[in-house]
Amino acid sequence: MAIADIPEYAHLTGADVEALGAELDAIRADIEADRGERDARYLRNTIRLQRGLEFTGRMLTMGASRRSLWWAGAGTLGVAKIIENMELGHNVMHGQWDWMNDPEVHSTSWEWDNTGPSAHWKHTHNYIHHKYTNVLGMDDDVGYGLLRVTRDQRWRPFYLGNIAYNTLLAVFFEYGVAAQHLELGKKRKTPEAKAALKRDLADVGRKIGRQVGKDYVLAPAISGVLNRSSRAARKTAGANLLANVIRNLWTNAVIFCGHFPDGAEKFTKADMDNETQGQWYLRQMLGSANFRCGPTLAFMSGNLSYQIEHHLFPDLPSNRLAEISVRVRALCEKYDLPYTTGSFPVQYAKSWRTIAKLSLPNKYLKDTADDAPETASERRFRADGEPRLVSSVDQRTGRRRGLKSAIADNRERRRERASA
Amino acid sequence: MSWRERFEAPVAGVAGSKATNWVRAAAARITTPLLPDDYLHLLNPLWSARELRGKVVAVTPVTADSATIVIEPGWGFSFDYHPGQYIGIGVLVEGRWTWRSYSLTSEPAGSAAERTVAITVKAMPEGFLSSHLVNGLKPGTVVRLAAPAGEFVLPDPPPAKLLFATAGSGVTPIISMLRTMARRGGRVDAVLVHSAPDEDSVLFVDELRRFAADGLIDLRLRLTGVDGRLDAASLDELVPDWGDRQTWACGPGGFIDMLGGMFDDRGIRSRLHVERFALERGAAGAQGGTVTFGRGGKKIEADGAQTLLEAGEEAGVLMPFGCRMGICQSCVVMLDKGCVRDLRTGVEHVEGERVQTCVTAAAGDCTLDV
Ligand code: FES
Repeated sequence: MAIADIPEYAHLTGADVEALGAELDAIRADIEADRGERDARYLRNTIRLQRGLEFTGRMLTMGASRRSLWWAGAGTLGVAKIIENMELGHNVMHGQWDWMNDPEVHSTSWEWDNTGPSAHWKHTHNYIHHKYTNVLGMDDDVGYGLLRVTRDQRWRPFYLGNIAYNTLLAVFFEYGVAAQHLELGKKRKTPEAKAALKRDLADVGRKIGRQVGKDYVLAPAISGVLNRSSRAARKTAGANLLANVIRNLWTNAVIFCGHFPDGAEKFTKADMDNETQGQWYLRQMLGSANFRCGPTLAFMSGNLSYQIEHHLFPDLPSNRLAEISVRVRALCEKYDLPYTTGSFPVQYAKSWRTIAKLSLPNKYLKDTADDAPETASERRFRADGEPRLVSSVDQRTGRRRGLKSAIADNRERRRERASA
Repeated sequence: MSWRERFEAPVAGVAGSKATNWVRAAAARITTPLLPDDYLHLLNPLWSARELRGKVVAVTPVTADSATIVIEPGWGFSFDYHPGQYIGIGVLVEGRWTWRSYSLTSEPAGSAAERTVAITVKAMPEGFLSSHLVNGLKPGTVVRLAAPAGEFVLPDPPPAKLLFATAGSGVTPIISMLRTMARRGGRVDAVLVHSAPDEDSVLFVDELRRFAADGLIDLRLRLTGVDGRLDAASLDELVPDWGDRQTWACGPGGFIDMLGGMFDDRGIRSRLHVERFALERGAAGAQGGTVTFGRGGKKIEADGAQTLLEAGEEAGVLMPFGCRMGICQSCVVMLDKGCVRDLRTGVEHVEGERVQTCVTAAAGDCTLDV
């Protein structure tokens, strides 16, 4: 089972959760008051860098019939597309730069270099995923309607292919993004729903047409004409394909590191309707995972290495997440909450491990749905017959005892049991 | 959709001539989802017709606290505006583009010849942006522009009997009208009543006197420091036949209301054409107000706690929304007029900004573009 009673799971009282919420609100207010010229410069430089890389990449791929230029072009264009999708597209569409009041860099007007139309993505991602983060049956990002990523999803023979689907999803991730909004698995009964689907399909079709036209028809055609060779055209198309795949694999990896490594929790629909702001914050903290990074990795991931902070403050500028993370970590210490992080390869490997494991039915899996690495519930702490978990303060140290200590104790007990 | 609409789709809403937009649309196939302009403006900020821009070429003091700002617009700006219209101008201050509207003081034919436009700005005591424009703007600065707009214009040819009634910087839209009349050369019976605290604070005082000497206007200055406020009685005295004249008036709210009352009393309101100053800020700290939904014209009274999203839904407007908690940006709309407050942080947003209707409430009367 996934978590239904979030404060109980986290060992916090209602008052604790509200206090935590107030501290997070204060972080937001501080950053908002401090936003200014420095941040705007960061964004403008990022845009300039991205446009420069994109232009360079395009120029290099025009000479893609030379092997070295083929690789250089595909690599440069791939990096340009990553920056465009992550640090620019994703973050601009979140409204992180709306405060600049710049009509060209605004959540309402940005269109990204991806086959999924911005308008669709803002709905599935900004609204559905960010409001209902990791809530089973509400957040489509949980498994993308394709993968089994938690024991709470009933096993079906289809999931034997979990690994294969995930590989395909990673390679063609942009098409997954494009399809997500269409909810193709859903039955549409009313005429309005059918008309809406038709409209959405047309939007996606147009966007895919433009993207494919650019990368696989026009650019190769120009290359073919410039080089007077059809081989050059084919090579350019190939380099563009590689650039897109590089971007797809990378963005998919970054995104999977955000919610699928061990320790990133899933939730049930219980109590969603009257969730307070404090509880929402808490859910974001427990449901997201970071990976450790230096400035380059942070930049290339669109600062989604700070996924926890991004989920707490989806509309605060990405370049501030690093400093926000220092304060969020301190809060996790104070309230004794886990702060899920690890190195990038380890976090990514953990998400693959879960996907591999969950291709099998539960009877072959060791852990229960209440106490598995990828999903846990408040029941994991009731194994010893304790009725209810309560927030407590250690008399000796004056430290709050909460979820983090409880998980550590649990682990300790298990180890003892195993050795006994 | 015809093939033509499909071809032009990427440049829908981009200013520019038909031919250049076709070039743009063709090139956009390879720059999609961007326009070629998005790359070009990195080379020269004026090379974009996607968003109008301009470069400040001169800032010339007019009085102690006002200056004329001459701007060279970039691609896509059309010079066929009418005297009396205003433009929106966006200036970068601490990383943010801050927008205000100002009357054009240049004269259209001269503008087109010199490829520049001019606005005249008076620094308002509380006006953060106007002071910056008057005192802090350097030639060479790139600004954003919104195309000329406004109904406050003179017909061509002008009516035979005219009254201009202005107060303070309300003379700015009129000066463009006068310059145009002077250039065209025709003469009509025009009176200008202008009220200002003293001679030194009268904008364009020399030029106005010259127009008077040339017989273009009959100038009646009212210096409130000496003569007291201009009220209905004194206007009656200054221009006894005001009721026979088509009147163009611009000034602060109280001044316009006073004139409106006079014309209403005589039942000749249709002869009065007015332009009010846009407020630099909502009445400070105001809570709630009348929210107008611009596209359908629906209105509703909202208090300072009700979100604009709720207000709109209550008024029966189809409001865009998503999370309803300020995180998804689905509900963002343009604030066309007035001032709103972010309920989370208390920050005020003014016209020309896009606001999240799910977490903002009216701070005075406001108009939304939905
Ligand atoms: S509805 Fe989501 S930000 Fe307003």
